[in-house]
Amino acid sequence: MGNYIKLIALGGVTLFAAIAANWGRDVSYIVHAMIIMAVGAFMFVRVLRSMDAPVAAAPTGYMDDVVRAGVIATSFWGVVGMLVGVVIAFQLAFPVLNFEVLQPFGNFGRLRPLHTSAVIFAFGGNALIMSSFYIVQRTCGARLWGGNLAWFVFWGYNLFIVLAATGYLLGATQSKEYAEPEWYVDIWLTIVWVAFLLVFLGTLFKRKEKHIYVANWFLLAFIVTVAMLHIVNNISIPVSIWGSKSVQVFSGVQDAMVQWWYGHNAVGFFLTAGFLGMMYYFVPKQAGRPVFSYKLSIIHFWALIFLYIWAGPHHLHYTALPDWAATLGMVFSIILWMPSWGGMINGLMTLQGAWDKLRTDPIIRMMVISLAFYGMSTFEGPMMSIRAVNSLSHYTDWTIGHVHSGALGWNGMITFAALYFLTPKLWGRAQMYSMSAINWHFWLATIGIILYAASMWVTGIMEGLMWREVDANGFLVNSFADTVSAKFPMYVVRGLGGVLYLTGAIIMSWNIFMTIRGGARVSAPVGVPAE
Amino acid sequence: MENTSLLAELADNWMLVAMFTLFVGAILWALRPGARDVHNETATIPFRNEDHPGSSETEELQK
Repeated sequence: MGNYIKLIALGGVTLFAAIAANWGRDVSYIVHAMIIMAVGAFMFVRVLRSMDAPVAAAPTGYMDDVVRAGVIATSFWGVVGMLVGVVIAFQLAFPVLNFEVLQPFGNFGRLRPLHTSAVIFAFGGNALIMSSFYIVQRTCGARLWGGNLAWFVFWGYNLFIVLAATGYLLGATQSKEYAEPEWYVDIWLTIVWVAFLLVFLGTLFKRKEKHIYVANWFLLAFIVTVAMLHIVNNISIPVSIWGSKSVQVFSGVQDAMVQWWYGHNAVGFFLTAGFLGMMYYFVPKQAGRPVFSYKLSIIHFWALIFLYIWAGPHHLHYTALPDWAATLGMVFSIILWMPSWGGMINGLMTLQGAWDKLRTDPIIRMMVISLAFYGMSTFEGPMMSIRAVNSLSHYTDWTIGHVHSGALGWNGMITFAALYFLTPKLWGRAQMYSMSAINWHFWLATIGIILYAASMWVTGIMEGLMWREVDANGFLVNSFADTVSAKFPMYVVRGLGGVLYLTGAIIMSWNIFMTIRGGARVSAPVGVPAE
Repeated sequence: MENTSLLAELADNWMLVAMFTLFVGAILWALRPGARDVHNETATIPFRNEDHPGSSETEELQK
């Protein structure tokens, strides 16, 4: 019976997508309708072919195949997103790389959201989904709830990414930073996200452990808050059901406030709370000892949840937003420094008594550097939110450098460490294929971040100072083009930093591939334990 | 406009007090002396059920 309903639904979707492909008013809508039609038809045939298959006994044990798929998707999207990042970094340094033949698709303006969404939502999102599926099973002692619903979440989320990415290239955007996808893609993501929440909650409900481990608190906060942010920020009315264009319901300063309430909490709950959930599981596991202070982790959680949601207005200093709102955002951003550093200290001190592992275990080293970057960027962020500092830093490359020290340093490194932790476990290998390749990855990534952050500090502060420089008569000294040409050397350095970071990610993908294919390569241990 | 002012007034009075109380309460609750054993037990969860889902037996063992 269930299969018949599925067939009717899939047939309906395929038919509707076919009509939409015919009547579509813009190219991205037509392409998306064709993608959905193809997916719908494929699923229809798949369900049809398994109609008479005997019902298999419900599998027991952990549901790890979806986590395995997540590991592969994470490393794939990581390389893609970072590659696009390197391309646009060099497009900024050498505008000639906006090749005439590739216009308008290969333009910086269209590739930039492709890069940000690919690294944040494709790489980071897949990392979060696969590790939350892994963590919630292990810490609940229960198989994922909902059977194939977890697979729906995985494929549905990746379909969302394909729709978003192709939409950007073809010019569909609602012009909200980090929320560019148009209305129907937003609706699809909402459906997938609710399924994600159901799988997570269902597993929590049937847990065998009495208490809910703190990593799950962070992951649940991430899922629930992202759902709320996504829905509120994407309230829009489509111009036509046969076109991708939609109109926002909020306008003016309200729209700006909603956008940055969304934008900053995407940082707070997607890139911070979610990844902290990973940190609170993988760091204790890799160190082989429980988290330094469980009490501190609870305080970390509540302080982060209560404070982060108010920090958004610091993106709107010196705008039409009332001063009191901007000040509120600034004050909460500064208070946030405390829980952030509490969490960093908690993670680092988990290694107390195991510091020697820093010399022998490259995965621990990656975790430590990621926590160090978490600390650095959560110090830099509150500082930049202060109105006086913001008047220098806003709209400059300093902001870009800050984002990347958080994203490459904290999110990237903790994800790499999680992938190195999970791959041998999930495919039943003793360890990664090559430990020295992890070491290479570590150093390439670290040096890459340092080049990136340092060059962006220099160029950001330089351009901020150049913009505000006035002569004795009160006239501006520099034109905008002057600042652009002054930034050229730093843009090249930034691009090189990106190349190093990308190289590290490619080495990791090779290492993961070799680990999946065969056992560990015999090699000398890295470093020598202290006597 | 009326509604907005009313909501704003509620937000910066009662809502503020309620949220602050909830926040301080959550932290005090975590710091209560009796929580130590619970926290120690919960902190070791990642080191159980590594390969197989837990059974009611492991639950018994914890008690």
